Amino acid sequence: MIWRIAIAVLAVALLGIAVFLLLARRPEIAPIERPIAQKFSSESVARGEALAAAGHCASCHTQPGGQIFAGGYGVNTPFGIIYGTNITPDPKSGIGTWSIEAFSRAMREGVARDGSHLFPAFPYYAYTKLSDDDVEALFAYLMTRPAAAASAPANTLPFPLKIRALQEAWKILFFKDGRFQANPSKSAEWNRGAYLAESLSDCSACHTPRNSLGAEETGNAYAGAVIDGWIAPALNETNPSPVPWTQDELFTYLRTGVTALHGTTGATMTPVIREGLALPVVPDSDVRAIAVYFSDMSRAGTQSRSIEVATREALANSSLGSGQEYDPDAALYAAACAACHYNSGTVPLPARPELALNSALSLPDPTNFVQVVLNGVSSAEGAPGLVMPAYGSSLTDGDIARLAAYLRRTRTKSLPWSDLEEKVSAIRRESAGSH
Amino acid sequence: MTTFNLNGRNVSVRSSDNTPLLWVIRDEMGLTGTKFGCGIGMCGACTVHVEGRATRSCSITVGAVAGAKVTTIEGLDPGGRHPVQVAWTELQVPQCGYCQSGQIMQAATLLKDFPNPTDQDINAVMAGSLCRCMTYIRIRKAIKLAASRMRGGIAQ
Repeated sequence: MIWRIAIAVLAVALLGIAVFLLLARRPEIAPIERPIAQKFSSESVARGEALAAAGHCASCHTQPGGQIFAGGYGVNTPFGIIYGTNITPDPKSGIGTWSIEAFSRAMREGVARDGSHLFPAFPYYAYTKLSDDDVEALFAYLMTRPAAAASAPANTLPFPLKIRALQEAWKILFFKDGRFQANPSKSAEWNRGAYLAESLSDCSACHTPRNSLGAEETGNAYAGAVIDGWIAPALNETNPSPVPWTQDELFTYLRTGVTALHGTTGATMTPVIREGLALPVVPDSDVRAIAVYFSDMSRAGTQSRSIEVATREALANSSLGSGQEYDPDAALYAAACAACHYNSGTVPLPARPELALNSALSLPDPTNFVQVVLNGVSSAEGAPGLVMPAYGSSLTDGDIARLAAYLRRTRTKSLPWSDLEEKVSAIRRESAGSH
Repeated sequence: MTTFNLNGRNVSVRSSDNTPLLWVIRDEMGLTGTKFGCGIGMCGACTVHVEGRATRSCSITVGAVAGAKVTTIEGLDPGGRHPVQVAWTELQVPQCGYCQSGQIMQAATLLKDFPNPTDQDINAVMAGSLCRCMTYIRIRKAIKLAASRMRGGIAQ
């Protein structure tokens, strides 16, 4: 009897899976001849170029040193590496045979032209908010790029995660199809910023924590998250920066990668700026709109922390460690850091990131500080024109821990970091593995 | 193979990407004005400019300066007449001279950032540039002399 029930249950389960997989299939959209470039208006192509930059499409769809949009960049996910695909109009390895319907469905529903599901490493769940006009402009821009014959390497997702049909289940749980809804109580500029940030620029992809299935925790939007071994700081009112992110500071940061009061960008934010928002093709007004949106989100206008007071305190402490006071912990700072990070006067210099104002020191976790000390900042990272040596081969884990503790103690009002040396060792091991 | 700009000239180097910039400059490019001191970014002897800013060349790899402009003591001024160099000779700053290219490169960045440096500014920025002959008093004097001439717009 028990066996019969077991077999029946199994049969029903198998039938259920079969029906699910059947339903999970989406129809193929017929291939088209690659459209000729003249078919697209130059206005549409130009707008698509600006949108592709604001959406930093190239950062996942271009491998280092490779042809733009030809794919091959590996996105590290907790489930395996997913490679950005070729989105040039090559008919075989790119999207040359995709019609606007196929492109739009991929962008806004996460389904490839052949009907298979795309993984949400490609943020269709954000692009679903894009307007029709913008999807068409992006299509016009991509279809007029030079075609490159290049297939991305196979993803390293293990079985059964690599089964694309299972993405149907992910979509049922986490995907909400629908265009951007403006907030009528906010300004047009705020709404433009919200539209870009929530759809194309997809800021939450890095700045919102994810659940165990890789979906963004909607109740925890912009609370900060770990991405590629770094911390993408919170963008909401829990942002740890000692000085508020005013509209002007945010605009300058997003446009140039560095500000006097917040320092330079780094890690995965680099391409978002250098290959995206800093490009002249992106209008100032769009960058300004994003700044307006996030400045409001972090409650910059209502923060009690005053820029003047924080700056004055930071500059008063900037010479600590390089004078004649006795502090044995200061020796490393004086020898290795002060030459570039010391500031004086009434305002810090953008090229001398002021550590007392930098979120690397004020975050609840030392990860970003340790990363930058261990690995430095290369010419390809951070703001253009600013590099930093890597101290990973000259400083021990103990040295870096002591330096971190010293700066946290003398440059911030935050509680000391705990287990510093263990954290430095762990980050060193991890970055040795990934380099 | 890394390509960067060295003293105004584009160069492509054979050394692997993770070679310290210092060794590329000295051994592969044959520019020996930049010195090896401690090798761990703590003494300043190897200081060069990357994109016009003082950087310890022993602790940054050549791969990390790909595409960037690197300037060594040989390229600071075509005639060796940067105001800091002029003040240096005039005041006879060096004793053994080993640290001086690093000191001069660091001082040039200092004056760019702080055109009228106080003693505190000089101490803080130059503290990472060691001089075992203890010529610090003359170094500070030369920096102030160069600063006053640069502020006056006089090159020498």
